[in-house]
Amino acid sequence: MVLLALAVAPAARAEPFVPATDDVVLETLPPGAAGSELRELRELRAELAKDPSNLELATRTAWRLVRLARTEGDPRFSGYAEAALAPWWPLEDPPAEVLLLRATLRQHVHDFTAAIADLDRLLEIHPERAEAWLTRAVVLQVEGDLAGARASCEPLRLLADNLTYVACATGVESVRGEGEASYQALFEAFRATPPKEPAKRQWVLTSLAEMAERLGRDAAAETHFAAALAIDRRDVYLLAAYADFLLDRDRSAEVLRRLDGEERVDALLERLVEAEQRLGAPAFAAHTASLDDRFAAARRRGETTHRGDESRFRLRVQGRAGEALRLALANWQAQREPRDARRVLEAAVAAGCPEAARPVLDWLDETEIEDVHLAALAQRLEGGRS
Amino acid sequence: MKRRLLLLVVLAGLAVAPRTALAHKPSDAYLTLTEHGGELEGRWDIALRDLEYALGLDADLDGRITWGELRARQPEIAAYALSRLSIDRGGQACATRVSDRQVDRHSDGAYDVLRFRIVCPRAGESLAVDYRLFTDLDPTHRGLLRVSGSKGEASLVLLPGGGPVTVGVGGEGPWRQLVSYWREGVWHIWIGFDHLLFLFALLLPAVLQREDGRWRPAGTFPAVIKRVAGIVTAFTVAHSITLALAATGKVTLPSRWVEAAIAATVALAALNNLMPLLRDRPWRAAFALGLIHGFGFASVLRDLGLPGGAFARALVGFNLGVETGQLALVALFLPVAFALRETRLYRVAILRAGSASVLLVAGLWLVERSLGVRLLP
Repeated sequence: MVLLALAVAPAARAEPFVPATDDVVLETLPPGAAGSELRELRELRAELAKDPSNLELATRTAWRLVRLARTEGDPRFSGYAEAALAPWWPLEDPPAEVLLLRATLRQHVHDFTAAIADLDRLLEIHPERAEAWLTRAVVLQVEGDLAGARASCEPLRLLADNLTYVACATGVESVRGEGEASYQALFEAFRATPPKEPAKRQWVLTSLAEMAERLGRDAAAETHFAAALAIDRRDVYLLAAYADFLLDRDRSAEVLRRLDGEERVDALLERLVEAEQRLGAPAFAAHTASLDDRFAAARRRGETTHRGDESRFRLRVQGRAGEALRLALANWQAQREPRDARRVLEAAVAAGCPEAARPVLDWLDETEIEDVHLAALAQRLEGGRS
Repeated sequence: MKRRLLLLVVLAGLAVAPRTALAHKPSDAYLTLTEHGGELEGRWDIALRDLEYALGLDADLDGRITWGELRARQPEIAAYALSRLSIDRGGQACATRVSDRQVDRHSDGAYDVLRFRIVCPRAGESLAVDYRLFTDLDPTHRGLLRVSGSKGEASLVLLPGGGPVTVGVGGEGPWRQLVSYWREGVWHIWIGFDHLLFLFALLLPAVLQREDGRWRPAGTFPAVIKRVAGIVTAFTVAHSITLALAATGKVTLPSRWVEAAIAATVALAALNNLMPLLRDRPWRAAFALGLIHGFGFASVLRDLGLPGGAFARALVGFNLGVETGQLALVALFLPVAFALRETRLYRVAILRAGSASVLLVAGLWLVERSLGVRLLP
C-alpha cells in the first residue's frame, strides 16, 4: 500500500488531500465567469447543446468566450469557443463570421499563418469587414511584416471611424521611425472623439501609454496608464504592460499591490515574481516553483506561446542567460514586437553574445524604431551605436 | 442601424484582441497509470475550472467552488470522466472502478483527483488508451499521460478524440519485479504480528538449555547460533514448501481455517516453553508448525496479485523478503538474549512471563479467528 502511494505521488508536487469541511473553498472562478455572467454562460451553452448547428447562437457564444479569454487572459475560454464552432471548424470555407472567429482563435495560439489565410479568405468575399482588416494588420505586425500591416490599415480609412483608422496606422508607424508623430496623431484623434465604449477607450489609452514610454516620456505614459486602468474593465494585457512600466522604474511594491490575486495568469505571475524577488517577498519561492511547473507543463504539451515570458523568467529571476537567449531567439522567429526584441537584447547582453543579437540589431536598423530601452541595449551590445 | 451597432460592438471587442495573446496555462488533465504487482491503478487529476464548464459545479453561483459543492457532484464527475476513457489490454476492454476521491493543487488551481482500479480480463504487454475527455468542450485540452510500470516510465500527450494510443507497460522488469515482491515479503512479516510472535516464542529458549528439569544458560555463542540457525531454517523450509503448494493451487485451504491454525501454532510454541512438549529438538517444532504459516503467506501473495508469466520470480522474491524480515528479528533479538541469558530476569520474567503473554494473545486470536468474534482492540 505504502509502496503504491509512493509510486503514484510524483505526478504532483503536493500530496492530494481530502478537505476537512464542506465549506473549504477549493477554487475561485475568474470574475468574468462568475455570478450572473456564469449563469448566462451556462444558459448559452445549454441552448447551444440543444441546437449545435445554429450558426447565430454558436457565433454569439464563441464571441462571448473569446472576450472572456481576452479579459481573463485564459486560453481555456479560447478552447471552449473553438468547440462551440465545431460543426464549421474543419470546413475550408466556413461562413464569414466563423472565419473571423477562427482567425482570432488561431492568432491566440500564435498560428499566425493560418490566421492570415482565414482573414484573406474572408476579405475576398467581404472586403467591407473592418474588424478583419484590423485583425489582419495586428497579426502581420506581430509577425514583423510592418509594410503589410500598414497596408491592411488603409481600408479602415473608409470602413471604420477615424480613431480606429488612426490607431491602426499609428500602431505600425510608431515602430517604423515615426514615434513622435504617431503619438501626436493618435493623441489628437483620441481628443477629438473620445470613444464611449470602455474597451475601445482602454485600447487606445494603452497604445498611447506604450508609445509615450518608448519615447521616454514617463509622465505622459503614467497618465495614460492611469486613465486606462481607471476604466472598469479588466484587461490582462494592460496589467502586464503597466507592470513592466513599473518594474523598469523599480516600483516593485506597486507591482505587488497591482498583481495581488492575479497569479492565475502566467504572464502576470512572471511579473509578480520579478517584483517579489527584488523585494524579498515571502511568496517568492512558492510562486517561482509554480511558474517553473507551468513552463514545464507547457513544454510537455509542446506549447510555444510561453517562450517570451519564460525567457524573461530564466534571465531576470534565475540569471540563466544562455537558456534565456535561446528562448528569446526562438520567440523572435515567431513574434517581432518591441518587447520581443528587448528579450533578445537583454539576454544577449547578459550572456555576452552580441553576435547572437544580430538579427534583432538589423531589425532595429531596418525599422528605425525609436525606443529608449532598445537603444540603450543596442548601444551596450555594439558600443557607441546611436 | 441595428447592423451598424452590432458591427461596432464587435469592433470594440476585437480592437483589444489583436494584442499578442498572453501566455496562460491552458487546460490540462494529468492521467497516471501505474502497474504494480500485477495491479493496474489509475489516477486522474482534472481541473475544477474545466469541470465547472462541463458540469457546472458552482451551485450557488458565488464564483467559488467549495468542497461541499464538489463532493455533491463526485459520482457524476466520475461517471462523466470514466465514460470518456477507454483502456484496452490484449485486445479486450478493461473495466474501471473508482477507489478513492481527493483534491490536489496544481500550479494553476485545484484539481479533482479520481483514483480508480483498472481490471483487465486479459494480460498484455501494452495498453491502448483512448482519451476523449472534453472532446466536445475544448479541442485544445490535453491529457498528460504518464505510465509507470516498474520497467520504467513513459510520458505522452493525449489529444482528446485523437483515437487510441498504445503505451507499453509490459509488466515489471524481472529484477524490479523480484525486488518489489521481496519488499512485500519484508513488509508482510513486519506487519504480520502473528509470524513474529511465533518466531519470538521459538527463539526465547534458544539461549538456554534444559538440564535436570531446569533452565540453564547455554554455553557458547556458536552453539546458540547453531540452534537458532536450525530453528529459522526449519521454519523457512517448512513455510516455503506450503507456500509453494498453496500458491500453485496444488493445496488449498480455507483462509479462516488457516488464520485460526496460525494462532494455534503461536499458542503451542509459547506453551512449549512453559510445559515440556517438544523440547530436545526445537527445530522439529519450528518445522511442523511452520508448515501452517506457509498457507498464511500464500493468501497474502494471492491478494497482491500474481503476474502470469513471472510466477516463480514473485514467489522467490516474496519468500526471500519473508526470510530477510525474519533474520532482522533474529539479529535484534539474539545479542540481547545472549547477554541476558545468565540472569534470573531472563529465565523467570522474560522467558516465563513473555511466553505466558504470547500464549494469552495467541489464545485470544484463536478464539477470535475460529469463532469470527472480536476480543482484541
